[in-house]
Amino acid sequence: MSKAVKHSAEKVAPPEPDVPAEPQHPVTPYLRMDRIPHIWCPTCGIGTVVRCFVDALVQSKVDLDKVAICSGIGCTGRVAGYLKLDAFHSTHGRPIPFATGLKMGRPELLVTVFSGDGDLVGIGGNHFIHAARRNMDLLVVLVNNFIYGMTGGQNAPTTPLTARSSTMPFGNFERPFNLPHLAESCGATYVARWTSLHVRRLTKSFREAIRRKGFRFIEVIAPCSTLYARLNKLGDGFSLMQFYHDTAVVKNNADTRETAIDFQQRIICGKFVDEERPTFIDMMHEHYEKVLGDKYVPTPPEGGLLSGPENESSSASGPRKKASKRKSSKKAANKGGGDGAQ
Amino acid sequence: MKAHAAGVLTGEHYLDGDFACGEGAMAAGCRFVAGYPITPSTEVVERIAKRFPMIGGTFIQMEDELASMAAVVGASWTGTKSMTVTSGPGFSLMMENIGLAAMMETPCVVVNVQRGGPSTGLPTMVGQADMMQARWGSHGDYEIIALSPQSPQEAFDLTIEAFNLAEQYRVPVMFMMDECVGHMTEKVVIPKPEDIEIVPRELTDKPPEEYLPYALDDNMIPEFARAGDGYRFHTTGLTHDERGYPVMSPDCQRVSVTRLVDKIRLNAEKIARYEEEQTDGADVVLVTYGITARVARRAIELSRRKGVKVGVIRLVVVWPFPEKLIRELAGKIKAFVVPEINYGQISLEVERCAAGKATTTLVPHMGGGVHNPMDIVNAIMEAAK
Amino acid sequence: MKYWRKPLDYDRVTIPRGEVHIIADRCKGCRFCVEYCPKDVLEMSDEFNIKGYHPPKVVKHGECVDCNLCEMVCPEFAIFSVAVEGATAGDVSTSKVQTPKEGH
Repeated sequence: MSKAVKHSAEKVAPPEPDVPAEPQHPVTPYLRMDRIPHIWCPTCGIGTVVRCFVDALVQSKVDLDKVAICSGIGCTGRVAGYLKLDAFHSTHGRPIPFATGLKMGRPELLVTVFSGDGDLVGIGGNHFIHAARRNMDLLVVLVNNFIYGMTGGQNAPTTPLTARSSTMPFGNFERPFNLPHLAESCGATYVARWTSLHVRRLTKSFREAIRRKGFRFIEVIAPCSTLYARLNKLGDGFSLMQFYHDTAVVKNNADTRETAIDFQQRIICGKFVDEERPTFIDMMHEHYEKVLGDKYVPTPPEGGLLSGPENESSSASGPRKKASKRKSSKKAANKGGGDGAQ
Repeated sequence: MKAHAAGVLTGEHYLDGDFACGEGAMAAGCRFVAGYPITPSTEVVERIAKRFPMIGGTFIQMEDELASMAAVVGASWTGTKSMTVTSGPGFSLMMENIGLAAMMETPCVVVNVQRGGPSTGLPTMVGQADMMQARWGSHGDYEIIALSPQSPQEAFDLTIEAFNLAEQYRVPVMFMMDECVGHMTEKVVIPKPEDIEIVPRELTDKPPEEYLPYALDDNMIPEFARAGDGYRFHTTGLTHDERGYPVMSPDCQRVSVTRLVDKIRLNAEKIARYEEEQTDGADVVLVTYGITARVARRAIELSRRKGVKVGVIRLVVVWPFPEKLIRELAGKIKAFVVPEINYGQISLEVERCAAGKATTTLVPHMGGGVHNPMDIVNAIMEAAK
Repeated sequence: MKYWRKPLDYDRVTIPRGEVHIIADRCKGCRFCVEYCPKDVLEMSDEFNIKGYHPPKVVKHGECVDCNLCEMVCPEFAIFSVAVEGATAGDVSTSKVQTPKEGH
């Protein structure tokens, strides 16, 4: 039997006493502090987005036990690993369907997808458009740094024309996505774009989106120092932040057909779409109730975990006793075989 | 635990294998299915789509098989028994997330109603050529459990078994039907709920402060916590330690991979299910599974009439392969004959385990139909010489 | 703070005041806080932290108005401000540079 290797797991800091001797950073209870400092580069914008998100969660007073985070692969995909919530680091491009499974399996969860541009609209493009089409009840935060950062700076579906990357060393000649337009045309009901400099507006957007239902899409333009900025000789993340400061314009309710981003040209930020439409689950319930009437048994909000034979689902408010013995089914009413003896 | 009454359609039915599989899933307590249509498996989800709204289940047709498998893994983390259904081309697409399920140790069932391949192949005709893919399909080292039914009745019973094994070992279980069994209509007896044993999803009883998602106690299977219960755990497809945090080190890799494989491999004998008949004193032993096992019965009967001492092993659990059984038999018999609807897959395993102590003859069929029993008879006669 | 002319509610309005806390060893020297502090309270110091970066330091004591912008924009969760008694000008607030002892 193999023994687990004990790693130096630092215990999570105990809860703050009533009158702390040294004040702690407000984000401390919400992050896995044993993994801080994080792996993101100096002047990377992802940490800022995480800070704003945590702030919004706290301000919204949602039950943090019922928040689940899914991330894909990439720099932004590491966000799940730092947040002290039920966190799932799935395969590349698949956080959205993974999140769909989480949401449909336990509808009371607030499921957030936190991933990068390459992950969500590159390899994950198909899932993005279908989840938006269905108005699946997911909050999708896409951190757009215009490049595939973690793997060394390859061209992304959002890399602007003429920008350099490691797979387009002479400059990108491929048209990029205009993400708010993509999200809106696929049917997203909340579409916003901010940069990581717009910390207050971003936090407010998060707060609003957390309260909404349906497919909420927030694109956050964030600096990538080590790859995008360096390969394009733009300085570092600090220079990109100064660029956002000088060039980003806030234009709420802009026409998303005009929100495309050209290389080092103006970035239009704002909240572009904010509607209330029935979500996938709402439509499912409504339709089945209409068609099946009393016969319809919806999946309960706590999910489809079956406990005892009398309950349709568990209340799952607390831990459950382990069965004393794991029973395996030896029943095979097999009429066609031989003696059935082992 | 006894099966939940709502999912069990007690009685005698005339069902095809696909429908029986769907019924089996519902009886086993499956309440989430994500799928994508592909012949010949679509009837499974069609049946489920029809019945799920009445029993509290959720079915969603996803945009492709990759999404289906990802959604199944996600739903399983909410404590819901989940399943997806596909055939060869979809199975290939699902491989990445099957690997994710194996790495995250997510219990789930993947039904593959095999058809002729490779690639688009013969969409409406039988094959058994995905057997190796079930074992080795995703990259890296991991082990899964695979079952193979030979009739619609078994499609019902073994689906329940598949879910039970998935819960016990926290592993994706491959349910390897074939198009023949899937589209064959026979009598299926569905017992009363109190006569069906199912293994429920067991949750940890440790409090959140003490719980580590991949800590081990005295067996190799970690305790499960579902999302939304306040455990705030982290799990990842990266190589991780017992906290679920990614650790990039050979040490962690060694511990992790050893356990993922050993939890099945070291329990192979407990998991094994096969039917053995007249192997004592036999000269030739047939190793069969799925629809071919039924065709082989005719061949066995004919060969025995000709005086050959033929035994048969019908594999119900195909993976982990019953190595010990084959190794021991190999020393006592002359030859193994392995008929399968492919160009040699399980026969390779038999040959490997026989290690030259007995010859192994493959009776291949490339797909599109079942064997002519005479081909199997001829192989048996040849092997018996 | 000097006024050209005393506002009429001079003695009723409280200016929020904050105390800046810097967790030096988490800092990666990005300069966002220095650049975006609306009161220009911070500057990059010449000291090195444990990783070799220059953390910021407070240079305008008493000027922090607890707007929390540094806290929000810092990608490393290395700086935050805490409200202290608001007062009119003349109150001196101290800043603290934290060297964490719990092994971050």
